[in-house]
Amino acid sequence: MFLLGCDFMQNKTMQDRPKFLNLMILGPKMAVNAKVSILHRVSGVLMVLTIPFLLYVLKKSLVSQSFYDTLYGVISNPIIKLVYLFFIWVFVYHICAGVRFLLLDLHKGIEIKTAQTTARIVIVLSLILTAILGVLIW
Amino acid sequence: MVRRNITGAGYGFNSWIGQRITAVIMLVVIVVFLLFVAYLATNVNSSIASWQAVFKCSFVKIFVQLFFVALFYHAWVGMRDLWMDYITCNSLKLTMHIITILWLLANLIYSIKIIWA
Repeated sequence: MFLLGCDFMQNKTMQDRPKFLNLMILGPKMAVNAKVSILHRVSGVLMVLTIPFLLYVLKKSLVSQSFYDTLYGVISNPIIKLVYLFFIWVFVYHICAGVRFLLLDLHKGIEIKTAQTTARIVIVLSLILTAILGVLIW
Repeated sequence: MVRRNITGAGYGFNSWIGQRITAVIMLVVIVVFLLFVAYLATNVNSSIASWQAVFKCSFVKIFVQLFFVALFYHAWVGMRDLWMDYITCNSLKLTMHIITILWLLANLIYSIKIIWA
């Protein structure tokens, strides 16, 4: 839906259906808003795959004696910390981009220039928020 | 070529709007959760016991469970859209749909087990 664009709903006949764009060929030539869209999907898939881990942390937090036991038993290793940080970015990014898509659905900021600006804002904001959270957990 | 009208029947509209509604629900729960964690982190007297005490409340359990139900519906629509967009082979698409449903259902059962344990 995101990739095909909003004009899909306005097309009336089979001939007017949206053009098929091959992402593999398009690749690096994608505009920034297309990159935000595809990263939104990739981050979504990564989070679906990590749901059991999230549930496991929730479970541990409900039986542990301290927060230290819950998180730092796993987190103390620097490489694990980087993995955590990556998933924090995935989560923060998905929310930032998701809010942008919700606003687009409400027809806020659908002009191409505005949409490209907000796409850049989403990437920068998600990195800043991740950096802040990274400093907090380190 | 048959000039068939492809809009107007609302195909997929329910799941589309459902995905947006669940997104907003999860956003609200996440904001509340982060505020609560920030409160725990800044309050010197708080410990994991405060978190566990809050989680004993059925009201909280129901909201957390609702969050996960919203998450699984949201994830289902998202994953289904992916398979529909990128997989052209029908048998593979069906297989991925089934794997996704099983994965999400298994996680739903796990979430029920943990929340209501």
